[in-house]
Amino acid sequence: MMGSIYADAKYQDVPVEEKERLFQEVKADMRWHTTLYGCYECGICVASCPSARFYDFSPRVYAQVMAREDVHTFYELLNDSMWDCSQCFSCTRCPRQNNPGGIITIMREVAVKNGLQSAKTALQAYSRIIYKVMSTGTQVAPDMLQPDFFPDWGPDVVKVSENLDSWRRAIPPETLHTTELAWDVSEQTQLELYLIWKLSGNLDIIETLDEGIFMILSEVMEELLEEHGYDLDEVEVII
Amino acid sequence: MSSKLNVINPGPTKAKDRFFDRKGEIPTEYFKDQLFDLEAKGEIIVHRIEEGNYVEVDTKYGRKKKIPIQNTWHHKSCGQCGHIPGYSTSIFWLHRQLGYNYYDPKDQTSCTAWNYYASSASNSAAQAAIAIRNFAQAYQDGYFPLIHCGTSYGHYKETRNEILHHQGLRDQVRRILDKLGKPLVFPEEIVHYSEWVHAMRDEIKARQKLDLSNVVVTVHPACHYHKLVVEDAIYDRDLYDGQRTATVSGIVKALGADLQDYSTWHDCCGFGFRHILVSRDFSRSFATLRKIERMKEEANPDVVITHDTGCVTTLDKSQFAAKAHNRNVGIPVLSDSQFAALAMGAHPYKVCQLHWHGVDNKPLMEKMGIDHEKAWAEFEEQVERIKSGEIEFLSWEDAE
Repeated sequence: MMGSIYADAKYQDVPVEEKERLFQEVKADMRWHTTLYGCYECGICVASCPSARFYDFSPRVYAQVMAREDVHTFYELLNDSMWDCSQCFSCTRCPRQNNPGGIITIMREVAVKNGLQSAKTALQAYSRIIYKVMSTGTQVAPDMLQPDFFPDWGPDVVKVSENLDSWRRAIPPETLHTTELAWDVSEQTQLELYLIWKLSGNLDIIETLDEGIFMILSEVMEELLEEHGYDLDEVEVII
Repeated sequence: MSSKLNVINPGPTKAKDRFFDRKGEIPTEYFKDQLFDLEAKGEIIVHRIEEGNYVEVDTKYGRKKKIPIQNTWHHKSCGQCGHIPGYSTSIFWLHRQLGYNYYDPKDQTSCTAWNYYASSASNSAAQAAIAIRNFAQAYQDGYFPLIHCGTSYGHYKETRNEILHHQGLRDQVRRILDKLGKPLVFPEEIVHYSEWVHAMRDEIKARQKLDLSNVVVTVHPACHYHKLVVEDAIYDRDLYDGQRTATVSGIVKALGADLQDYSTWHDCCGFGFRHILVSRDFSRSFATLRKIERMKEEANPDVVITHDTGCVTTLDKSQFAAKAHNRNVGIPVLSDSQFAALAMGAHPYKVCQLHWHGVDNKPLMEKMGIDHEKAWAEFEEQVERIKSGEIEFLSWEDAE
């Protein structure tokens, strides 16, 4: 395996075998074969890309680097610019039917699954959301609307947070009379959700990514599962 | 040798007379071929829309798509329910006004795609199992899924492709669902609520109470609606010559509003998942510089209408900080469901819950002929009844 073609390539200290291993893990994903067909170098994906306008980011680079199997630059992308992608899939305008956003989806999963420090750093401020999604099955909770979290969203956030309880009760659908969850999710549904996280190995991914979130999440899951006669440790990953 | 041909140049065909008629084969596979094949092999159950309970619409390459009319299982959106509750309330209100039966379940989770498109802290098996648990629940409840969130809609269609093409994934998901005591069910169609609004636009128009002919509208088509599994989005030869999705623009036109175009219609709103929460400088910059300011300069609309959670949030909330920098912003942002409900006379605060939005929408309401001061007083009266303990919640009867 040759070295990077770039004289100023980063991550020279990382063994090429490790870069190759991660690269092959991306290529082994079942979605890989429908994400990349070649590249005309036309730049339509870059012109469509919101992230390309504000970051040092280019969807075309992903298509080209992956197509020419440049594992060194792949490793740079995996650690440096990948998290700038907006996942809007405007790049699927590609006349070659490439899906650079889809390549990045797979790369991100590989980075998270392997516990790369760059992934941990990128998701550091995001751990609360991971916890919310996995513990409740919903993400955007009404009580997130706090002026100290969204100071740039204007004075309406203050009004919502001050009147949260009564304004939530002043919404006609009864499922929406909630403040900590987007809607009222039944206990049985939460139980099934927890079983999916455990059975699918998703909980193991969280343990690799963020041990703190894993501990809190496990505790919450254990409590509900125990109430229903399950032992979290005995529910085996089956995939 | 030169010759002179006696040809009268008819000139280019007028746009209104032009129609691109596709003669070639459809370039994408048809998911229903695999779906029904797997059903025939006994691998999956296909949840069908009842005969006589759907409207057929055209999709991008001319295939037909069935949109269920009623008996729908409302797969709610966490962003809509959490931060823009008038969005989902308006969808329910439209069903109630048109007299169509629906079910608002508590046995539903979100698609959990925040852990797919944002953090990637999940895997294909978990994501597919979440999708099919919801579909199985809808099937067991006896209602057909109607997806409120654009991302859930796009994600479920991507998941459908994975499920249909990968035996290994199907086996994994089946083993998980067996443990839950649920069948492996996939609906015949993945339907977004805005497709229902589009399909119902003539019925909505028939019940329209407000004149919107002087209301200038720009439309933002949601990325995860028309850029994921592109062939399944609604297109209509009468809208943009069939070259752009008709969803949302269809209802705006049907209601007689002044639909205006702008050059960056294909651009994303800037939501970006991670970005809207932890890198909002990016979301705000893109939303205001590439979308709102372009609309202002090119169309100067009274309102932006869109059809996804993140788009309403990003386009609306990003304008406050930009305004502080004297940028050319200040356009209210509503969902198509809210716009349609207002047109049919829905209460702007009890039903459409416009007080959860950021940009001042009072000038829009005045142009639509809505007395917002009276409406706000009516809403506050109900809130006082809740605070005093006279009523626990605002009921549909109170709102209608």
